[in-house]
Amino acid sequence: MNEFIKNEYERLVKYYGAAGGDTKALISKDYASMVINGNKVLAKNSTKGIIIEAEKIEDGVYARIRIKKGYKSKNPVHLCFGMLPMEGRQYIRTEIFAEEESEVKFIAHCIFPNAVKVEHIMDSNVKVGKGAKVEYEEVHFHGKEGGVKVIPKTRAVVGEWGMYNSTFVIKSGRAGFVDIDYEVRLGENAKSMLLTKIYARGDDLIKANESVILEGAHSSGVIKTRMALRDKAKSEVIGKTVGLGAYSRGHVNCTEIIMDDAEAIASPVVMANNPKAKVTHEAAIGSVDKKQLLTLMARGLTEEEAIDIIVGGLLK
Amino acid sequence: MMLKVENLRIVREGKEILKNVNFEIAPQEIHLVLGINGSGKTTLAQAIMGIYPCEGKILFEGEDITHLSVWERARKGITLAFQEPARFEGLLVKDYLMVSAKNKSISKLEEVIKMVGLPRNILFKEVGDNLSGGERKRVELASVLLMEPKLAILDEPDSGIDMLSCKLISEVIERMKSMGTSVMLITHSEDMINIADRATILCAGKVVASGERDEIKRLFKYSPCPLKR
Repeated sequence: MNEFIKNEYERLVKYYGAAGGDTKALISKDYASMVINGNKVLAKNSTKGIIIEAEKIEDGVYARIRIKKGYKSKNPVHLCFGMLPMEGRQYIRTEIFAEEESEVKFIAHCIFPNAVKVEHIMDSNVKVGKGAKVEYEEVHFHGKEGGVKVIPKTRAVVGEWGMYNSTFVIKSGRAGFVDIDYEVRLGENAKSMLLTKIYARGDDLIKANESVILEGAHSSGVIKTRMALRDKAKSEVIGKTVGLGAYSRGHVNCTEIIMDDAEAIASPVVMANNPKAKVTHEAAIGSVDKKQLLTLMARGLTEEEAIDIIVGGLLK
Repeated sequence: MMLKVENLRIVREGKEILKNVNFEIAPQEIHLVLGINGSGKTTLAQAIMGIYPCEGKILFEGEDITHLSVWERARKGITLAFQEPARFEGLLVKDYLMVSAKNKSISKLEEVIKMVGLPRNILFKEVGDNLSGGERKRVELASVLLMEPKLAILDEPDSGIDMLSCKLISEVIERMKSMGTSVMLITHSEDMINIADRATILCAGKVVASGERDEIKRLFKYSPCPLKR
């Protein structure tokens, strides 16, 4: 690692630690990990059962992650995607393949602390083999400006008895512009849960288009969205579940709290072409629940303090 | 007096819910409010907490608090446990209790949770749908206990609770009293009625009697609501 890259790496790791990331995991050889700043791969580490390859491509980075057949990773795979300058475009294309009966959890920290005009584009293909389990947790740390565009796209195919769970959370800072596009296809007896939690403020705009296609018999999927919007923030959420396999079960659950001049549109879509499938939905958009508010105020919290606790719980 | 309500009147959607209500609660008194359904008990409880605007006067320790907000009244030492407690997605019981407990230690939380008959592990559960109705009521009581209020307004703390737990809740309320808290208690349970010092009967939004517990209890049994709405 030359001096310049080392310097850049150390700065990013410092932010990663400050953002709650486990810095030891990025250094330890026992953890599979990858650190990317902008479109530059600063570090990567493979382990016995997890192979990480990454290369620079014309407009970004192409990474391949393979979890070997039957390998059950005790440690999570730590991914650190950052953009430290105020402006720039980051494009990361990933191929994740969890082979048969493997198990792995990814923790991706996306760090844009100084963003004024930053684009972060993720384009992922995930293949979950028969009986394999993949959890993907994407945690974002943004700056106060809201000058970040986050465009994550995932296409996941889950084999029979497999599992793919994904969580998208913006932990700090302004959300900015977020455009989530996830689609998961489930084989026989496969399961999936897609969870999104965002607190939007200012003029943040959040779009989320998430689909779970229940192709296999006895497959099941849940799309859960939790959002809180204030000021002039807007959200457009589409949660779609399609029941194709016999005895497949799907559910879309969206709760959004709106305050001030914020606007929210939630469109749960449930479709089925198999009479033995069952797909359901529930969506609620509204102001902060009055009884929750009064309960906390009756314990001495001001309205603002009470709202912080209610929203904090919803997005926890 | 800890609390003095003078000529309290509440009109909602053109309907007079409370009509010139007068009553008092003394320091360290358990004051029972009796009344058939729709008599205005819950409205009275919530008006004292500041949830509804009202005409008349509410004096707390001699100070007029009629125009104070809910949280301002709470900071003066009044609190209310709703009949149907709110549920909070994502909020753990321990974090919910910390709102009342302020800087008290986790061991204090454990002590209070035990006092209301709940297991320690409930502290790490969500104050959401995974708690039963009875558990949620007891968490609410724990929250009131931790706040150490001067006046606790308990709206049917026994509803949805089994008989054994009712006894325990009565003991908790008596303990509140011994710690210096006045309690305004709304209940239909015979056991709980017996822990009260004094009582008031509300009927069609009016106070029809107020006095010693046994006397009011007899009156209520004989004629629960002599007025027509």
